[in-house]
Amino acid sequence: MSQTSTYTGFWKESPRSGILGWLLSTDHKRIGIMYLGCIVTMFLVAVCLGLAIRLELIAPGPTIMGPQTYNATFTVHGIIMIFLFIIPSIPAAFGNLIMPIQIGARDVSFPKLNLLSWYFYVIGAILALLAIFSGGGAPDTGWTFYVPFSTQTTTNVNLAAFAAFMLGFSSILTGINFVTTIHRLRAEGMGWGRLPLFVWTLYATAWIQVLATPMLGITLVLVILERTFGAGLFDAARGGDPILFQHLFWIYSHPAVYIMILPGMGVISEVIPTFARKPLFGYWAMALSSLAIAFAGSLVWAHHMYASGMSDFAVLVFSFLTFIVAIPSAIKIFNWISTLYKGSIQLAPPMLHSLAFIFNFAIGGLGGLALGAAAADIHLHDTTFVVGHFHYTMFGGTGFAFFAALHYWLPKFTGRMYQHKPALVAWALLFVGFNITYMSMQAVGIQGMPRRYYDYLPEFTTLNQVATFGSWILAVGLVMMFVNLFLGCRAGDPVGKNPWGAATLEWDIPSPPPMDNFGPKDPVVSKGPYDYKGVVADEY
Amino acid sequence: MSEEKHAPVPYRTFINIWLALIGLTVVTVVVSRFDLGALNIWVALLVASVKSSLVIFFFMHLRQESKLFKIGLLVMLTILAIFIGMTFFDVLYR
Repeated sequence: MSQTSTYTGFWKESPRSGILGWLLSTDHKRIGIMYLGCIVTMFLVAVCLGLAIRLELIAPGPTIMGPQTYNATFTVHGIIMIFLFIIPSIPAAFGNLIMPIQIGARDVSFPKLNLLSWYFYVIGAILALLAIFSGGGAPDTGWTFYVPFSTQTTTNVNLAAFAAFMLGFSSILTGINFVTTIHRLRAEGMGWGRLPLFVWTLYATAWIQVLATPMLGITLVLVILERTFGAGLFDAARGGDPILFQHLFWIYSHPAVYIMILPGMGVISEVIPTFARKPLFGYWAMALSSLAIAFAGSLVWAHHMYASGMSDFAVLVFSFLTFIVAIPSAIKIFNWISTLYKGSIQLAPPMLHSLAFIFNFAIGGLGGLALGAAAADIHLHDTTFVVGHFHYTMFGGTGFAFFAALHYWLPKFTGRMYQHKPALVAWALLFVGFNITYMSMQAVGIQGMPRRYYDYLPEFTTLNQVATFGSWILAVGLVMMFVNLFLGCRAGDPVGKNPWGAATLEWDIPSPPPMDNFGPKDPVVSKGPYDYKGVVADEY
Repeated sequence: MSEEKHAPVPYRTFINIWLALIGLTVVTVVVSRFDLGALNIWVALLVASVKSSLVIFFFMHLRQESKLFKIGLLVMLTILAIFIGMTFFDVLYR
């Protein structure tokens, strides 16, 4: 143990004391912690809404809420989960906390812009929550704001759309900051070939954030214009085109899927070599596959629209392109497994979450191929199979990667270790609960149960009950995990600078890191991020 | 932005660009009165591209900037062209 328990690092070292020392701080670690706090809070709110949806579906007919409340619940669950949790979860929280240290920088390129992006996030979050309780009631369009319904409903779509617009701004600013930081602030010796894979994935993500997010901003403004002034852009009766909305929306929102998953893949690429005690297999293939996913993933948006009435030729083209994305994604899966092969595997909590990621993401990815094939999609479109599929990638993938990141990096930033046994039990509950919930949803979807329906036929009852039962296991796992992490952060055993024996730069500095990250001397990098020769884990 | 100072651009240039922009706006309005079929969109996009280029190169001084910024703009335009172009796989074949 190299540090005593009284050492507090950046938590106490600040030019300002008290709450202003946080709210006005431009330090990337403090901003990262503020993001993390907000994101976890939003996640828990949306989880409660998700549990309410599952409880409503425990039996056919009304159970705990009316149909309008049900519509609002799944809409707000989606908006919060997508825009306030998954998109900023790993890039904004862990990207801010980790990325500058991993490249040997003392902060991001534009620290004030970084703080501004957090404020935009908070404003967006407040507006999204206000939208539930003001105006004509909570929006009921689903998170996709599809026209013509979104232009006709009397619920509070304008405010919710504007909230998403603000959150998009926050995301763009983070993207600009990260691209610039990774280009300009790498330490001496930190060539592109020595960048940790987490940084590579953040780099690919940042480009999507900068290039694709403005499309969302424009699209949502057009919806507001349509609702407020009756612009007619999406109204066929007035020369508009309702399918144009779907194109514009998915031009952003499909790449956004990769904003969600790529940083998660980066986390897994950090955790697996550390706990397999082996360099990552195929470094360049992994780095370049991130860029390939970002690029190819930007060209497949219309695979969400096979049943929209779009031309058959477009269906053919987008179906073909969709299959191309599977190639770089498969490269990642195979390389992680190759890294594990003959490794000295330690099943610590971050590793278990990472292995769960690979399992869940593989199922989600293969389900994605079924949906990408136009013929199968016509059958599966708008069924709960789709809901199960994207929860496998978003929750089973990004969610578990986020949990892996929490277990992997929180000891670095709090200087304290959580209890491992409860963490393992929580992981098992999460993994089992997750698979019961969403596998049942996929199965009942194949049987033909439509998504977003308030009521269903009696033959779908059993699988819906199994899914709801799974959601309770999942909830218990979540409570256990967060309580354990919280107690660990407050009163866990103090840890040294490198409790896992990892080789990237953040493990060379004290836990928690000091305010300026590296002390008076700038770091000089002389080895790769997965070179474990001579790296020993500190005991804790 | 580069740190060097640029030679001042004469007012006459700005006024000419302004007149060109107004002229192109008139073109947009006039062209919208004729049905050119699939060409409608190409003409509209062409006029819009020329107008935005004039604004970016002259009013926003990209003309005097380094190659890097010009390449950056080109990349953005290419991506936008891909997005718009691929949407036409749908629109043109419905």
